[in-house]
Amino acid sequence: MSPVHYVSLAVILFVIGAVGVLVRRNAIVIFMCVELMLNACNLAFVAFASMHGNLDGQVIAFFVMVVAAAEVVVGLAILMAIYRARRSASVDDANLLKY
Amino acid sequence: MTTVTTIAATGALKLSWLLLVFPLFGAAVLLVGGRRTNRWGHLLGVAMPVAAFVYGVVAFFSLLGDTDRSQDQHLYSWIPVARLQVNVSLLVDPLSICFVLLITGVGSLIIIYSVGYMAHDRDRRRFFGYLNLFLASMLLLVLADNYVVLYVGWEGVGLASYLLIGFWQERPSAAVAAKKAFIVNRVGDASLTLAIFLMFSEFGTTSFTGVFGSVHSGGSGVATALGLLLLLGACGKSAQVPLQSWLLDAMEGPTPVSALIHAATMVTAGVYLLVRSNPILALAPDARVAIAIVGTVTLLFGGIIASAKDDIKKSLAGSTMSQIGYMFLGAGLGPAGYVFAIALLLSHGFYKAGLFLGAGSVMHGMDDEQDMRRYGGLARYLPVTYVTFGLAYLAIIGIPPFSGFFAKDPIIGADFSEHGSGGWVLGICALLGAGITAFYMTRMMLMTWYGKSRWDDKAHPHESPSVMTGPMVVLAIGSVGAGGFLIINDRLQDFLAPVVGVPPVSHGIFTVAGTVALVLALAGVAIAWLRYGRLPVPVMAPAGRFLTVAARKDLYGDAFNESILMRPGQWLTRLSVYFDNRGLDGLVNSLAALVGGTSGRVRKTENGFVRSYALSMFFGAAALVTLLLVVRL
Repeated sequence: MSPVHYVSLAVILFVIGAVGVLVRRNAIVIFMCVELMLNACNLAFVAFASMHGNLDGQVIAFFVMVVAAAEVVVGLAILMAIYRARRSASVDDANLLKY
Repeated sequence: MTTVTTIAATGALKLSWLLLVFPLFGAAVLLVGGRRTNRWGHLLGVAMPVAAFVYGVVAFFSLLGDTDRSQDQHLYSWIPVARLQVNVSLLVDPLSICFVLLITGVGSLIIIYSVGYMAHDRDRRRFFGYLNLFLASMLLLVLADNYVVLYVGWEGVGLASYLLIGFWQERPSAAVAAKKAFIVNRVGDASLTLAIFLMFSEFGTTSFTGVFGSVHSGGSGVATALGLLLLLGACGKSAQVPLQSWLLDAMEGPTPVSALIHAATMVTAGVYLLVRSNPILALAPDARVAIAIVGTVTLLFGGIIASAKDDIKKSLAGSTMSQIGYMFLGAGLGPAGYVFAIALLLSHGFYKAGLFLGAGSVMHGMDDEQDMRRYGGLARYLPVTYVTFGLAYLAIIGIPPFSGFFAKDPIIGADFSEHGSGGWVLGICALLGAGITAFYMTRMMLMTWYGKSRWDDKAHPHESPSVMTGPMVVLAIGSVGAGGFLIINDRLQDFLAPVVGVPPVSHGIFTVAGTVALVLALAGVAIAWLRYGRLPVPVMAPAGRFLTVAARKDLYGDAFNESILMRPGQWLTRLSVYFDNRGLDGLVNSLAALVGGTSGRVRKTENGFVRSYALSMFFGAAALVTLLLVVRL
């Protein structure tokens, strides 16, 4: 089984995630896209780990999942606070911190 | 070359620090004690200098009865660091004891006089505090056994003179005069510090014995440099050309201050410095010529100014410059003149203090009028002042047997035998100076005491109280006798010989030069009588010819200083300010503006839109990855 297919899928998922982060305004969708990018990376790690026959990549994938979970907890909390204050989840509306 | 050895002080001289402690204590109590000492402050202010004088007399007789006449009392080590040892020690020797007696004796008389003169001044206590400080500084100056401690006294004298000249500080003219005196003195002080630096770098010591013992090893160049630096320092304190301009303005102070500055302290410090440094001058004939020239120029300069001034105190101030010029001339002659310079200094202390106190007494009786054109015919109203002033007058113009004749004529006589043919020039100038002295002093006498009265009806001239006339009488006795006492039988010469050496040739008392000086003095008296005695003195000063106009303006001394030193200094500061504002600040400011402007533009990228940040992060990451790939390949 060639890893090319896995890596190709990972690239496609990553690009979809990246484009989503750049073009969408809804903070929740952006979050989901970030998760998509993280999971694309996880897929690549696991594929390469399987190819090399060691566990390094799989361990990294677990770390990424833990960090992603923590990030979601903090991020969603912030999001909730912003939404309560401004009645909007659009990232473009939260633009007070600037020059 | 002197061969005197200095020994540790013995007997009464162990207590020589008392000389400093008395006036210092007086100054401290009066200045720190404040208003609560007002009632008895002047009594303490008089008692302390008198106590110092009494000790001075005791020390003098103890020194006289001793064979070792140079005694050093070590007090403490002031600056003990590696190669620099500065001790605070008091040197009592024939030269310093002469000055101690002059300073405390004449100083005490002037201070007693001040009790009456300043009776109605609201700040009399402060005045006495400053006078005590003045005497303490001057005593430290003459008692120091090294140049650093001498310099402390030197600066103390400068400070005290500043405080006293500006005593009536509410008058702008007095405040300006005080600043002027202080600043002009700084020039001389800077020169003296350079001399001390040079001594330390060349000889590694600043004590008199150390410097004088090793000065011959430094070569004539060092000795000449030291001599010239000391000369400029002495010029500042003694108001000699080119640092003379402060003395005439210093008349803004109360009259006793003028008497103190001119007779007992301050201006005599320069003469003391030069005479004390005689072993240095012995190796520096060029410096001695410079001293003699400075003295000669000043004695004519001061005499010409004194001849034109209508203000009695300013005329006397010009006269002091002229007399100190004679002392410098004497000091410039080397061993032939030192003794006579000191003799003139001591007798001048009596008669000039007498003249100033007399002038103060006249002002006291005339509602502080200083213009001699508004005096006239005062002899009837102030008989005691008239007689004492007249005796001092006879002393200063050098009529035998009064002081000036004995003290001044030997200097004039010695000129002709020193410094080769140049000595003749100096001698002829000094003779001329004798004539000018007689002229301006006679003018002062005639305008003040004789002729018709020219004062307003409001003035009621009256004799001063006895607390003022008493000191004047004592000073008049000194003016009559001091010169003869010091010179006849070579008393002062034998006494000072261990310190300053003996004149190589004895000219005797009646010399050809002295006779010519006497004839010229009588001629000066005659000319003054023709112009101010025979003709009535106009109340308004006539326009006068070129020399008179110039002399009224102090021979353009101030104009010279302003145009040569002050204005270029102002231009330099203005140029520096311009260069600083436009040049240095411009560079720094434009750099700051560049940074500020750039950052103002760059910060616009922080626009608050999260997605644009994400885009730049994305491009940044992409660029990094590309870079990594490129580098690896």
